[in-house]
Amino acid sequence: MALKTEEMVLNMGPQHPSTHGVLRLELVLDGELIEDVIPHIGYLHRCFEKHSEAMTYPQVIPYTDRMDYLASMYNEFGYAVAMERLMNIEVPERVQYIRVIMGEFQRIASHLVALGTYGADIGAFTPFLFCFRDREKILNLFEITCGARLLYNYIWIGGVSHDLHPDFIRLAREFIIEFRPNLKELNDLLTFNQIFIDRTANVGILPAETAINYGITGPNLRASGVNWDLRRNDPYSIYDKFEFEIPIGKGEKGTTGDCWDRYYMRVCEMEESLKIIEQALDQIPEGDVSSAIPKRVKPPVGQIYARVENPRGELGYFIISDGSLNPYRIKVRAPSFVNLEVLGELCKGHLVADVVAILGSIDIVLGEVDR
Amino acid sequence: MKDYILKFWQGLITIIIGMRVTFRHLFVPAVTIQYPSVKPELPERERNRLYVNMDDCIGCDQCARACPVDCIDIETVKSVPGDDLGVTSNGKKKALWVTKFDIDIAKCCYCQLCVFPCPTDCIYMTDVYEFSEFERENLVYDFVTLTEEEKVEKKKNFEEFTIKKEAEKAAAAKKKAEEEAAKKKESGDQPGEKPPDNKE
Amino acid sequence: MIYDWLHSMTGSAIAAAIIQSLLPLFIFILPFALFAVLLERKVSGHMQDRLGPMRVGYHGIFQTIADIIKLIQKEDIVATENDRRFFDLSPILVFAGSYAAFAAIPFSGAFIGSNIDLGIVYIIAVTGLVVAGILMGGWASNNKYSLLGAMRAAAQIISYEIPTLLIVVTVIMITGTMNLFTISEWQTQYFWNWLILGGPVFGTAKLLLIPLMIISFLIIFLSTLAEVNRTPFDIPEAESELVSGYHTEYSGMKFAMFFLAEYANMFAVSAVVATLFFGGFQSPVGYLGNTFGAKWLIPIEQFFWFTSKGLFFVFVQMWLRWTLPRFRVDQLMAFCWKYLIPFAFVILILVGLITVLI
Repeated sequence: MALKTEEMVLNMGPQHPSTHGVLRLELVLDGELIEDVIPHIGYLHRCFEKHSEAMTYPQVIPYTDRMDYLASMYNEFGYAVAMERLMNIEVPERVQYIRVIMGEFQRIASHLVALGTYGADIGAFTPFLFCFRDREKILNLFEITCGARLLYNYIWIGGVSHDLHPDFIRLAREFIIEFRPNLKELNDLLTFNQIFIDRTANVGILPAETAINYGITGPNLRASGVNWDLRRNDPYSIYDKFEFEIPIGKGEKGTTGDCWDRYYMRVCEMEESLKIIEQALDQIPEGDVSSAIPKRVKPPVGQIYARVENPRGELGYFIISDGSLNPYRIKVRAPSFVNLEVLGELCKGHLVADVVAILGSIDIVLGEVDR
Repeated sequence: MKDYILKFWQGLITIIIGMRVTFRHLFVPAVTIQYPSVKPELPERERNRLYVNMDDCIGCDQCARACPVDCIDIETVKSVPGDDLGVTSNGKKKALWVTKFDIDIAKCCYCQLCVFPCPTDCIYMTDVYEFSEFERENLVYDFVTLTEEEKVEKKKNFEEFTIKKEAEKAAAAKKKAEEEAAKKKESGDQPGEKPPDNKE
Repeated sequence: MIYDWLHSMTGSAIAAAIIQSLLPLFIFILPFALFAVLLERKVSGHMQDRLGPMRVGYHGIFQTIADIIKLIQKEDIVATENDRRFFDLSPILVFAGSYAAFAAIPFSGAFIGSNIDLGIVYIIAVTGLVVAGILMGGWASNNKYSLLGAMRAAAQIISYEIPTLLIVVTVIMITGTMNLFTISEWQTQYFWNWLILGGPVFGTAKLLLIPLMIISFLIIFLSTLAEVNRTPFDIPEAESELVSGYHTEYSGMKFAMFFLAEYANMFAVSAVVATLFFGGFQSPVGYLGNTFGAKWLIPIEQFFWFTSKGLFFVFVQMWLRWTLPRFRVDQLMAFCWKYLIPFAFVILILVGLITVLI
């Protein structure tokens, strides 16, 4: 008589110390091996897209901040790029440089959160605090420029809301000098630690073909070996003026496309962002930042899709305008939403403890997933 | 076999390197401050609680229109000629009595969009961030400087003024109509007024 | 010896035995557990560039007392589905297992709780009670997660007892006795006589033993770390995966007992490692009592050295906790069975050969 085994359904509920936000994961288990992972989302849905139809175009910007709240500058950047292409506005060069500097600082801050919380999930509590200490300095830089630390309303259609503070460039250079040794310390403490490598290498392997089929973008795609970065392949703003490399996963400690590779991509990207910021700080011209901001934003009838490289992937805005002051429809292609779908594929055949590691390495923000 | 020894050695070395990092950090002074006794210094562009300087407010409603969450509520009453409301700090003469200026600071999203359109710079964000209340109603801030009686009085003034104006307008219109009618009668009576009185 | 002094004071052997057995508990271990909780938080704070508790007392000295008062006045929540007997019994067993180990550890030259010849083997046997306590706690909590955590904890503790025992057998082979008091006294006065540097008998055996002793010290340190469920082996209490494992359902004083038992256990294993390899209560540089001719000073000095060695190893355990991420369950077991046990066996055989032939 054959034994009948049943699969156990375990619920990692909306409140859990390591699902980053309110995400419910339904794990279908066979003993300790995972057969399937079904994510249930929607706990943070705030109707951003419908709500924006009642706002004027400049009023939508505080709402775009709140989608991916860990990388707010980039959300605004994407929206501004889309609107400027729609209205054919040419922004002054100083504005472009300021946007790039803010965007790259935001990328470093977002990756610091991702790495810190990932370490905390794996069990190392100290790198979490070191990452947040460095992030504080970046948030201080943002605070002296526009007054806010998390949700900025800084990058407007046609320009930026305030010019750089007189102390900004000096403080930014000081930060870069302080941050490089801290990055090396983080590597010593976490990235090359054998226990961490054992936890993350060869876990959650994402082959390049699968990644492209699912539409994964960002560091996750580059970790699987695909050389695709929107700052190089579809340049927006002035990214073609800077020299930086695109880190690609090589499977140094395991297979290409495992969790360690995704983690290491983010560490390397922080280093590249520092290079971009240094070059931008050297090249920034003088100018007026508010000369191209229109008094009333009334775009012509039409539609546009523009995409930028969020710290988490490709952030796309599809805007339909009917010639009035309010948008007819704004649709956002959120990278975390698309990246989350591959979780079921990655977790098959692993243990329960690996779900936490894999989820942390995909790096989602629930604000973006649910909008 | 070689992998085995290598893994063991790697493990040992990376653990010791990590321990050295944490040990060094034991002697680094703390980066935190003890909050309620020591408060951080905030930069000048800091955006926290809103404040309205009512002496400068001209009641133009631009801030209420710019707010994305509709947290500013403004009602105004037109002033009667002869009322002196004063002059704002950059020389504009005020023409509206502001009878209601409520900001629901619980709804405010601190986006600063209301600060930019103000023509007299009377609404701005301060650096006050400790303003929690026990009751939610206390978070609706009322900035109007007129007292209740004054508001009623201004409204009454304006209504009387409009009534008076309406009455004057009506009287003027009536007078004009009478004049028109009188003129018409005159011109109409003109041919009929010639007496067929021939004295020869 | 304190037992003789107490016996002469009270005139009754039973009273003296009772007082002597309660002495380490109240004078040393409970205050130490309170102190260790604070030490952990302060050490973790300073390693992370922050300050730790600062408000209660000067720089937070009385924080643990505040914690204990809070835990005592909490409601003791017991779910209806819990198996009441085992639920209540579990913290008691864990507590008892941890504290009973102190009976055979020599605190100083004048005091040992019970001078039994079984010594170290008694300690290892009694810490096995902890496994029973944990399994009971996990089962009686009537909670999927607690049961998973308890089973993992039981598997971990039982597996890691094997390398511990192997190394202990190695030490017994060299020293010839199981009594911890005798082992401490055998590693006489200066630090080059400590077992980690080969033992007091000078000769080729000593030099050959040095690398083997260092490796065996590492093995026993790591296995005892796993026995007390400290990071990197803290799967049973992994917060981010199982929300606290086998002690999720406990609140109030029972939780406090688990908590204090963990810190007492930490000290117990540190003390055992220090006694076996680092000379126990012996001082590394000779005694002030000897140089000044004050014989009564020596036990106090020995107590001081014993405590500082124990505290040093407790500090190293905390240091490891705040540096390293944790192992996954299967890697933990692989580490024990594939790495520690083969090494321990090899060392056992080599040391056996050295002791016999040289």
